[in-house]
Amino acid sequence: MSARADHATEIAPGVHWIGALDPDLRSFDIIVKTANGTTYNAYAVRGSEGVAIIDTVKACFADEFFCKLESVARYDEIRVIVLNHLEPDHTGALPELLRRAPQACIYISTRAKQMLKGLLHGDSLDFTPVTTGDTVSLGDRELSFLHTPFLHWPDTQCTWLADAGLLFSGDIFGCHFCDSRLFNDAVGDFRFSFDYYYAHLMRPFRERVLQALELIDALPVSLIAPAHGPVLRDRPQHYVRRYRDLSISTLKNEASGVKTLLVFYLSAYGNTRTMAEAVAAGAEEAGEPGSIRVSLFDLEVGEVAPFVDLIEEADGLVFGSPTINGDAVKPVWDLLSSLTAVGLRGKLGAAFGSFGWSGEAVAMIEDRLRGLKLRVPLKGVRAKLIPTETELEACRALGHGLAQHLTGQAEEQIIDMAALA
Amino acid sequence: MPKANVTFEDVNVTVSVPAGTRLIEVSEKVGAGILYGCREGECCTCLTKIVSGYEHLAAPSTLEDQVLKDNLAPRHHRLACQAQVLGGNVIVKPA
Repeated sequence: MSARADHATEIAPGVHWIGALDPDLRSFDIIVKTANGTTYNAYAVRGSEGVAIIDTVKACFADEFFCKLESVARYDEIRVIVLNHLEPDHTGALPELLRRAPQACIYISTRAKQMLKGLLHGDSLDFTPVTTGDTVSLGDRELSFLHTPFLHWPDTQCTWLADAGLLFSGDIFGCHFCDSRLFNDAVGDFRFSFDYYYAHLMRPFRERVLQALELIDALPVSLIAPAHGPVLRDRPQHYVRRYRDLSISTLKNEASGVKTLLVFYLSAYGNTRTMAEAVAAGAEEAGEPGSIRVSLFDLEVGEVAPFVDLIEEADGLVFGSPTINGDAVKPVWDLLSSLTAVGLRGKLGAAFGSFGWSGEAVAMIEDRLRGLKLRVPLKGVRAKLIPTETELEACRALGHGLAQHLTGQAEEQIIDMAALA
Repeated sequence: MPKANVTFEDVNVTVSVPAGTRLIEVSEKVGAGILYGCREGECCTCLTKIVSGYEHLAAPSTLEDQVLKDNLAPRHHRLACQAQVLGGNVIVKPA
């Protein structure tokens, strides 16, 4: 059965897809490419005592959404509006839906209030915050909620319709793949789109994904209805397993249990490289033999993607760059601008570099590392042109200090706030 | 000026600060792992565990209190962008 742009499609008894097809979209949220367009999936669930709407669509597709909705329900039957995620591609039709069904109650996650406020701008927002275990009855059937934050925003949740074994998953298990045949066993090959979507939206939150899978694994899921892409009715558990596989480390770390420090550098005349080697040597010397694994990489000839994979698994990152025209060198920024694809929480960062005139690169890199939410507890080392033995000793001390922080051996520092200015 | 001591447990750094200092004014400078988002007390990204010395912090504002409740914050947790240290010794770490 194909979905039709002008009519709702039943995906389970009393449950209809009432979303919209957007086959011409080629870029989603600016950063995600969409070779096959996308869909904005919304659903209507009919119970003996009313109708629930699960998510809406992007605003410019509201007419399609309301047309389908009207084909399966009257507005005065709508008692419940569930918003699994409040980004505009899922809430664009919400204001108009509330105008047409003012009696409906909104159910959102406990983290979604500020987003709802940003969308509706009402003085008194009427909504019910829900979390795992909370339910809402539609008479002969019941929706329950799973608190699954950061998949991929803080507000995200899943909704479970037990009698149908149906998980309304929001953005997880979704993908940007528009095919009017709607169901995963009927559409074209969307495996790449599924993995690509995970890599760009979920990968930075893979620990949260694994937490969510713990909740989902406990459910007898027979159908997954995500917010984008095909409805997964054929072997839905395959997609759950795929998420688990994708959320496990990209690179198997044979040094498991050992702290890892990556030292990246660029060097025009060998000076920043000499500093990099001193940082690495200082780190190697710290702690018990084998307690820390230090790796040196020349960024000038490295590819960004494999470095991102390495960084995802690392505990500490150090960047060495010369200063050219008052800036760090482009390969450093290319790598640092690619790190939002992975989780960086708790990692340690530092910078160093040789310079000829003004030497701004080190502080700029440190600022960027802080901006990426790394911890930067040690001040970087700068050297004018050829580093002196004293400056190389400072590099060794930087490496040593980083290693001590990584291995939990950092000595207690007591400082006055005035010294931090 | 009255002073207080704030220890950022995850980096093992103690900072002597003037009374009234907010945690956000210090934590990034010492490289502590407290993360910030909006920095205005709304997003709850900087939720921080007060390991000890909770009584030495200024009471949360109505806004902070509501955000802590909305986000189901555990006991003795505060927003680092809002919490002001009034005196004594306070030990904190990322939530």
